[in-house]
Amino acid sequence: MTNAPTTDAATTDVGQRIDALVKSNDILLFMKGTPLFPQCGFSSRAIAILEHLGQPFETVDVLQDQEVRQGIKDYSEWPTVPQLYVHGEFVGGSDIMMEMFESGELKQLVGEPAA
Amino acid sequence: MAANEIEALIRGAIPDATVEIRDLAGDGDHYAARVVSASFAGMSRVRQHQAVYAALGGRMGDELHALQLETAVPSGDHQ
Repeated sequence: MTNAPTTDAATTDVGQRIDALVKSNDILLFMKGTPLFPQCGFSSRAIAILEHLGQPFETVDVLQDQEVRQGIKDYSEWPTVPQLYVHGEFVGGSDIMMEMFESGELKQLVGEPAA
Repeated sequence: MAANEIEALIRGAIPDATVEIRDLAGDGDHYAARVVSASFAGMSRVRQHQAVYAALGGRMGDELHALQLETAVPSGDHQ
């Protein structure tokens, strides 16, 4: 089983595809670029926060998939990327991530890092 | 997009809002906004930000490239 988005004709409904991704990953970040090479300052900031939290997370590079790039904005009713999902719930973009990181709420939400 | 346009759009949709806008890079393209409104009371952060994005009417992520956003209810009016 793979979590990577595909452009197979078998997965035409982008909303369903996003829904499946969100529900099958505890911590999922839709971003521009990859954790190693974020393509935008906001995505870079989101990755820095997640790495600091120390929990495993998955990412989806919206630049590799135009359908998801638009589809995630509709799915979340949120106009920008990055977007963080934890336990299937939309948490917010990088500003909300930063606020919640600073207040300790995000750590609480994702749980303590594995030893 | 000019800072005063952003402020006008937000205040058009959220009339009681106090809006502070900073031009982060001095290039008219990267802003930080702090929006304080009593109408945010009882709303989650996501809903508060969505209300501001709605006020910007689709410009966010399009002609308005980068807007760092912070929302709050007026102090003394928490909960």
